[in-house]
Amino acid sequence: MKPETAIAKAEKLLEQFNLQQKITSFTANLSGGQKQRVAICRALMMDPEIVLFDEPTSALDPENIKDIIEIIALLKDSVTMIVVTHHLKFAKAIADRIIFMDHGQILADQSNAEFFAQPKSHRASGQEKWDIISSKKRGDWDNTKDLINKGREWIIEEVKKSGLRGRGGAGFPTGTKWSFMPKDHPKPCYLVVNADESEPGTCKDRDILRYEPHKLLEGCVLASFAINAKRAIDEAYADGLIGKNVCGTGYSLDVYLHRGAGAYICGEETALLESLEGNKGFPRLKPPFPATFGLYGCPTTINNVESISVVPTILRRGRHVSRPCNVEEELGISLKELIERYAGGVRGGWDNLKAIIPGGSSVPLLPKLLCEEAHMDFDSLKSLGSALGTGGIIVMDNSTDIIYAIARLSKFYMHESCGQCTPCREGTGWMWRIMMKLVRGQAKIEEIDQLLDATKMIEGRTICALGDAAAWPIQGLIRHFRPEIEERIRQMI
Amino acid sequence: MLRTPLTRTLSLGAPSRVFAVVRTSASASTPAKAPEKIEVFVDDQSVFVDPGTTVLQAAAQIGVEIPRFCYHERLAVAGNCRMCLVEVEKSPKPVAACAMPVMKGWRIKTNSDMTRKAREGVMEFLLMNHPLDCPICDQGGECDLQDQAMAFGSDRSRFTDINYTGKRAVEDKDIGPLVKTIMTRCIHCTRCIRFASEIAGVDDFGTTGRGNDMQVGTYVEKMLLSELSGNIIDLCPVGALTNKPYSFVARPWEIRRIDSIDVLDAIGSNISVSTRTGEVLRILPRENEDINEEWLADKSRFACDGLKRQRLIAPMLRMPNGELQPVEWESVLIAVAKNLQKAGSSVAGIAGSLADVESMIALKDVLETLGSKAVATETKLPKQTLGKRSTYIMNTPIADIEESDFVLLIGTNPRYEAPLLNTRIRKGYVHNETDVALIGSQVDLSYKYDYIGDDASVINEVVSGRHPVSKRLSSAKKPVIIVGSDQLARPDGAAILSSLHSYANKLEKDGWKVFNVLQRNASQVGAMDIGYQPGAEEVLASKPKVLFLLGADGPSISRDNIPKDCFVIYQGHHGDAGAAIADAILPGAAYTEKQATYVNAEGRAQQTLVAVTPPGLAREDWKILRALSEVLGKPLKYDNLDEIRARIEKIAPHLTNYGKRDGSDTSKDKIEASGHIQSSKIDIKQKHLIDYFMTDPISRSSPTMAKCIAAVKKQEANPYK
Repeated sequence: MKPETAIAKAEKLLEQFNLQQKITSFTANLSGGQKQRVAICRALMMDPEIVLFDEPTSALDPENIKDIIEIIALLKDSVTMIVVTHHLKFAKAIADRIIFMDHGQILADQSNAEFFAQPKSHRASGQEKWDIISSKKRGDWDNTKDLINKGREWIIEEVKKSGLRGRGGAGFPTGTKWSFMPKDHPKPCYLVVNADESEPGTCKDRDILRYEPHKLLEGCVLASFAINAKRAIDEAYADGLIGKNVCGTGYSLDVYLHRGAGAYICGEETALLESLEGNKGFPRLKPPFPATFGLYGCPTTINNVESISVVPTILRRGRHVSRPCNVEEELGISLKELIERYAGGVRGGWDNLKAIIPGGSSVPLLPKLLCEEAHMDFDSLKSLGSALGTGGIIVMDNSTDIIYAIARLSKFYMHESCGQCTPCREGTGWMWRIMMKLVRGQAKIEEIDQLLDATKMIEGRTICALGDAAAWPIQGLIRHFRPEIEERIRQMI
Repeated sequence: MLRTPLTRTLSLGAPSRVFAVVRTSASASTPAKAPEKIEVFVDDQSVFVDPGTTVLQAAAQIGVEIPRFCYHERLAVAGNCRMCLVEVEKSPKPVAACAMPVMKGWRIKTNSDMTRKAREGVMEFLLMNHPLDCPICDQGGECDLQDQAMAFGSDRSRFTDINYTGKRAVEDKDIGPLVKTIMTRCIHCTRCIRFASEIAGVDDFGTTGRGNDMQVGTYVEKMLLSELSGNIIDLCPVGALTNKPYSFVARPWEIRRIDSIDVLDAIGSNISVSTRTGEVLRILPRENEDINEEWLADKSRFACDGLKRQRLIAPMLRMPNGELQPVEWESVLIAVAKNLQKAGSSVAGIAGSLADVESMIALKDVLETLGSKAVATETKLPKQTLGKRSTYIMNTPIADIEESDFVLLIGTNPRYEAPLLNTRIRKGYVHNETDVALIGSQVDLSYKYDYIGDDASVINEVVSGRHPVSKRLSSAKKPVIIVGSDQLARPDGAAILSSLHSYANKLEKDGWKVFNVLQRNASQVGAMDIGYQPGAEEVLASKPKVLFLLGADGPSISRDNIPKDCFVIYQGHHGDAGAAIADAILPGAAYTEKQATYVNAEGRAQQTLVAVTPPGLAREDWKILRALSEVLGKPLKYDNLDEIRARIEKIAPHLTNYGKRDGSDTSKDKIEASGHIQSSKIDIKQKHLIDYFMTDPISRSSPTMAKCIAAVKKQEANPYK
């Protein structure tokens, strides 16, 4: 191609992409969206027959995504495009044919219209569709009225009988928590559903919000009714399911969605309340417990998304356990089975396993040996010196630098510590510093004990459980991988 | 016991009043039904406490002190320092003693291994990022962190990372000329934040940042605009907040502390004067539950450097050339005596705002030997008040104000006229649902109030029962009316006094006194108790040949309203307005330099003690007058302090009953007033913080107070305030 043709072509393309005035700019002066458009221009310069886009919309903000989708849609008639994307809306907007893949396997190969109407794979459109019609097909909102009419005590009793325990990490029995709420209180009572997850290695709540919002809403109704609360959402309102006169039962309830700003500590229940009230997210001292003095000083129950979402199912089926999660399984499944059956096993086989953190990031890890006998329930894990926590599982194979992995968690807790009380504010930083020395092997052997001692000085000494959460992973590491730490130090000497 | 930090509930605005809080102070009224006491064991010692008592309070009841940093009994519980962790039998974790209410049968172990280990751990964490600058820290020697590290800390440091990464360093904040901040030393106890928002009513303080990056500060750089800011220095357990004028001045072990009384407002706060080698270095509050609790207003605390400036240190006589020249005591006393003898009974005395009772009685006695009864105070009140004590004092004790359920303020701004009275009203407002209404200029009282106008005719409406406030006053269980003394100096002051006094008397229930006059200076009540006339107008109108000013510096006396040939004697400690017009100057002692009696606004007699000796040739005031009487040839009948106090006791027995408050029978005093309340604006003199700092000769001489005014002006000019 001659230089002048090339320049003319480039100018034309840039004009088409709305970049003409930027022709003399340096890359650094372009915004993310502009860079992306320049990249597309470059690809089109050679008049290719096929353009392969690999995640063209990732790392762009929604405005830019809209632009890029429009531009790519313009090209649709002139060139064949293969687009790799996770972005379903994007696919829907431009694709003629959609191939859904997972781990190299093609799960679905359908036309656009077909794919979005009747996907061949459940996972294709995100397990199942979240809207109210699909939800009702799955049994949500089925006879909610009857459940409510059975009365407050019955609901609490059923939940108690089910043995449902909080899914936030501490595993407090949910029914018992509800029964703490005062029966007749002059002030409004609140149910706060804690969807502020942000625990490393855990993404259960966001999946429920994404795929099963109606389970959650129905759960809200039932739980609120059970605790006498007086206080997503558009569809359910429209259907008369929530709002005034819930499901025609004469019980009124309003549901508000409040977005957090992303601080981990605001997932702690009382810090969450502070944050809702517009204050700094500092956990409160307990007592008084939220059930007597919660949101705006009113009785409040705070439940995890998962706990609430499971309530309708419990009430409907009368079953004692049921665990909707990314994987919904009975409490007590063996850890090994869980990983083998649902997660496709450990990379490189079970023998390549190094350790597992069975409950998000806030609990002591389990080395391979213990993983074999571990069952995913509160008591079994406790007997092994760990805990169920959030139920999120972090699997680490032998390629992992386990010391560094835990050090990274320490950094997380240091960063997320709210700074209110001394041990956690000062201790998390100290632990991280020692951990980093251990990672580099630059510590002294006795500093391992010192670190262990520091974790003991934080554990159980703080206002909220973040101190414990910061201490436990390190305790687990030292308990099970001490020889490895020592070995690293020795190598450095 | 409030266990949610009040800062938070208060910041909610309207619903904040919902959170009824039971006060923790000793004077808190007990609930109607005394609940049954529960038994707990502290270190195996049995103690019976009320339900809701915290572990820390229960331990304190039997004298076991649990270490703490963030806990302070006058502030909401924060529970964040974790220093007070103690073991409770059967509890797997140690509990925070300051926040945890005891349960029946608990066995608390304040000295067990677990407790000691927990304290040691917290201590280690606190010291980890605390700088090792004790040798240059002003808190050194009176530092809670030092003391508790000695008592409860480990004997060695394990924090070796200082060699690699260093300790946390935090930028210092500029919060004005009174409080110096060294924020690196901060241990985040949040006492200052809680004081500012709960007691001072200024929400400027808070924390920013998270975890190790958390900082205490004012969000944006600004002055802490409060008349109580000095108290955060006392509250700070470390050297993060220190006394700026006092910085690098002295060490606590070098100074002597003398208990005394503050005289820069009419409240009579109890203070302790720190001195070294004859110099007042600083003033700290002393606890007195009846008066100032443990707070002190900024003027009382920081104006002490005014005691070293503008002082009269030698007797002076005005020479024929019109200049004042230092002379010997002998010559000045002879010159004064000659003039007094020449004048015969045409002599008058005026006592200023800082005069003590002893000197006032000596002056009165000297003038009486000369045949004159013309003694008056500088501050004007209606003449009818003379001899009727309930018409010029606060009949409600200061401490009781916080129990009141309705306070009506008339023509006064207690926030700046008597800051520690204002904290009582605010305490009632915050914890006791006290409602406040104000007649007069609209000012910021640090709490919400109903503003009901600034016209004097509103008073008429209230006392006649036509105003809505009247209904609230009559339905209130413990109503309080506080009228500013300035308003009684109005031409219709007598009418205001008479109508309010009789109206208030009708509101009295079960011995609860309603009527209060808030005086603005420390001498007025004492002077009137011993028979001084209120207001100088009358004695000046009699055209005296000799005028004796006992520290009278106010604007009411100037050369313009004194006869031309009048010989003016000024006795006082500062070369202020009074000294400028004097023909003879007798240098007296300031309140830190004499043992003297002062009566506060509620009628409580208290005495100052000698902290330092008067400078130069200055002498204690009553002794000067005693010496003068000797030169006059008519010696007073007392030669020492005991004898002059015996004389005082004869006139007014309650004045030597130190520390006790003598109430008065409001019903027996009747004020007859001719004339009516005129419809005119009620003006309050001290409206803004800037009006607070300089009100008397001492604070006017204080460089620190001048800096405060400059700083407030600068802050006012800041567009981002």
